[in-house]
Amino acid sequence: MLVYLIRRLGQSLLVVAVMATLVFVAMFAVGDPIDILASPDADQIERDAIAKRLGLDRPLWEQFGLFVWRALHGDLGRSFVYNVPAVDVILQRLPATLELALVGLVFSITIGIPLGVLAGLKPYSWLGRSIMSGSILGFSLPNFWIGLMLILLFAVELRILPAGGRGPVVSVLGIPTAAFSLEGLRHLILPALTLALYKSALVIRIARAGTREVMLQDYIRFARAKGLSRSRIIFVHVLKNIMIPVVTVLGLELGSMIAFAVVTETVFAYPGMGKLLIDSINRLDRPIIVAYLMMTVVIFVIINLIVDLLYAAIDPRVRLAEAKG
Amino acid sequence: MADYVRADEVAIAPEIPEPASIALSSDPGESLLRRHVDEFLKSPGAVAGLAVLVALALVAVFAPAIAPQNPYDLSKLDIMDNVLKPGERLGSGITAFLGTDDQGRDMLSAIIYGLRISLAVGAISVVIACVIGASVGVLAAYAGGRVESVVMRIVDLQLSFPAILVALILLAIFGRGVDKVVLALVIVQWAYYARTVRGSALVEKRREYIEAARCLALPKSRVVYRHLLPNCLPPLIVVATVQVAHAIALESTLSFLGVGVPVTEPSLGMLIAHGYNYLLSGKYWISTFPGVALVIAIVAINLVGDRLRDVLNPRLAR
Repeated sequence: MLVYLIRRLGQSLLVVAVMATLVFVAMFAVGDPIDILASPDADQIERDAIAKRLGLDRPLWEQFGLFVWRALHGDLGRSFVYNVPAVDVILQRLPATLELALVGLVFSITIGIPLGVLAGLKPYSWLGRSIMSGSILGFSLPNFWIGLMLILLFAVELRILPAGGRGPVVSVLGIPTAAFSLEGLRHLILPALTLALYKSALVIRIARAGTREVMLQDYIRFARAKGLSRSRIIFVHVLKNIMIPVVTVLGLELGSMIAFAVVTETVFAYPGMGKLLIDSINRLDRPIIVAYLMMTVVIFVIINLIVDLLYAAIDPRVRLAEAKG
Repeated sequence: MADYVRADEVAIAPEIPEPASIALSSDPGESLLRRHVDEFLKSPGAVAGLAVLVALALVAVFAPAIAPQNPYDLSKLDIMDNVLKPGERLGSGITAFLGTDDQGRDMLSAIIYGLRISLAVGAISVVIACVIGASVGVLAAYAGGRVESVVMRIVDLQLSFPAILVALILLAIFGRGVDKVVLALVIVQWAYYARTVRGSALVEKRREYIEAARCLALPKSRVVYRHLLPNCLPPLIVVATVQVAHAIALESTLSFLGVGVPVTEPSLGMLIAHGYNYLLSGKYWISTFPGVALVIAIVAINLVGDRLRDVLNPRLAR
């Protein structure tokens, strides 16, 4: 196990290092931030002064060395726009995005599991078929447009939910959150629902496949023979057994939900990390983009690492195969 | 050609014992294509999807002849016509069935031209990504060993990051432009095809006809491209069809975020983004109708893709 752990950790570090290099090199292709920062009528001397202040006048390799050294110390540069450390700007926005992703996750479970189980119990009925067609739509329709249509329906026509933004924020256990007030929740419903659509389509499929498989098992037949009620069989015996794959997949998908929040946050003008990324791309705020990417890479690598280690802990074949190859 | 058709059959029904597949290919009355077409036509949903898709493609190709107005000829636009409701008449006498946008552009015409760009970007990016991905996948499977494991590691790495994020960053680097969107879509998509083709190539590579081709001392490239690759096509066709819908959705999302196609060549996603500003004041048509067109196209592609999957690979789980 230790050998496997070390190998796997080494791989993760390699991925982070490769991505760091790619991100850094790529940022130089994005464009010259001085064009945005300096006023249009600034002369060459002013532009040089800005370049010097930001360290942009040094050779590329020196900037890269400095970038790595500082990144290892948790410093990913100062935002050109806000003039505070980029990591701080992102961390400030992180709770909003996490809140959105978690509420979205809850939505996708509450929508996906009942529908998936229904479709799994009667796969060839019209209900089962329409749920599956719905899940295909959930997979393939452009998410942002669904978000716009939800705004149109609930905020513009019916006027029962706000069109965007984040509700009043209160501090709970030191974490600023909007999920504990009615107004905050009202702001969360539409963005979280939009974000949840794709994932609930996924949950429907897993739950349906799981239900179909579990229903054929001997223990379900036994439960029936014992005379248990249908609801008890479904809610206790089936549900418990299909939760394992659902939880595994959703855990894996949490990272991609944070990434997907880029779109949802833009549609709903929600002040999270994703909106910050889009704004920073438009303003060529390099340190923020770099910091966002590095944090996302680290989050993804950590999630993948945890999942792989868990699998290896559960299934000895995984670590044996890895140790050999 | 006969060689190709016969080889194809083996891939479609690999579980059928030899005599059966020989019987199929020696029956001159029924060609493989014919069988697939008949099978496809049995699903009314898929036929409807295909009809819609063909209609949309024709509309896109003949846009200049069909659209009531050339939406990008500024001399034809009148600012007095801006943000008209659906069904109102333009100053030039045309009825704007789907309303007009803030420039006084007929939305129906704008959608027809937008469809052109959306469909083209989706189709072209899928074709290029498919060619690259399939080549890489089949070569990796054929080569095996170290080459294969390095290639598949890269594929896994790429697929572990969400496509939308990778494409967003690539476009932030490349800048705006139709060609750049296509390039970004190719980069985020090739790995799917590589994985799909490698999967089927690993199975096909162990079959007797590959062994026979090798024994004949055919050049490697001929074995890979003429014998191995054609037999890996069925699952690839299915993945590619559905992927066109994904590519179109992804492109529209990127354009909505402001990193996709340029303002001069607006796709459907771009039109939706334009209407975003008017949505809150109840002027729904600028965002809604391009979205409806997008949804129709995507649903049609999915219907066709789903049926293709059933026809080409009955054993594949839905």
